[in-house]
Amino acid sequence: MSMEFLDGNTILYSAAFGLMLIGIGGIVISNHLMRIIFGIALLEAGANLLLLLSTYHEGASAPIIVDGIIPAMMADPVPQALVLTAIVIGVGILALALSLAIRVQRAYGTLDMREVRLRLEQEICDEAGIEMPSSSEKPAEVIKTPVNSVVQQESGS
Amino acid sequence: MEVVVLIVVIVMLLSAVAVMLFKDFLAALAAMTVVSLGLSFLFVVVRAPDVAMTEAAIGAGLSSLLFALALRRLGLWRSQ
Repeated sequence: MSMEFLDGNTILYSAAFGLMLIGIGGIVISNHLMRIIFGIALLEAGANLLLLLSTYHEGASAPIIVDGIIPAMMADPVPQALVLTAIVIGVGILALALSLAIRVQRAYGTLDMREVRLRLEQEICDEAGIEMPSSSEKPAEVIKTPVNSVVQQESGS
Repeated sequence: MEVVVLIVVIVMLLSAVAVMLFKDFLAALAAMTVVSLGLSFLFVVVRAPDVAMTEAAIGAGLSSLLFALALRRLGLWRSQ
């Protein structure tokens, strides 16, 4: 089996970058709020793995002092302690995001971000006392020429 | 050893894609747990056994529990 190009470091780095890539892609592409939170969790996992890979070299040993192990051969324990903290903070972020999602569903009755965005714009426009533009993607028509309005009235009737 | 790591990485990346593609949120949660457990195996491979213990207990256990409770509260706890 010829796997010279697939040494251990390449596999591990591709796992870290792949997880981050899938997480970012999921956040950008998906419309459902739960899927965005799943994407945040995946991104976090990839970032933790990438941070730990910076301490690892071939033939390193775990940073535990036993007889016969030279400390220079150990993996660096400082980033490991940071990742340990980051995992716990990640659970906190997750709990905050999930509770915000529950509040969004109570307020708007849906978790689809397109609908939530539409409802938010509606509320802002109602509060400001202006009419809502017809679509959030299309720019609002600011100037209406008389010819245009006549055509619209005819097509409307 | 590298073959085992390669298999675990492939399973992890496939289930990470599955998290984003599954319509069923329970299945997506199960795939997310698979990603966390594979990640804790990779932490053992990069010589960080304490981080691996924490990831298996908190990343796979506690955060899955949080997701499950939130899914039940949101009414998405049903398999299709």
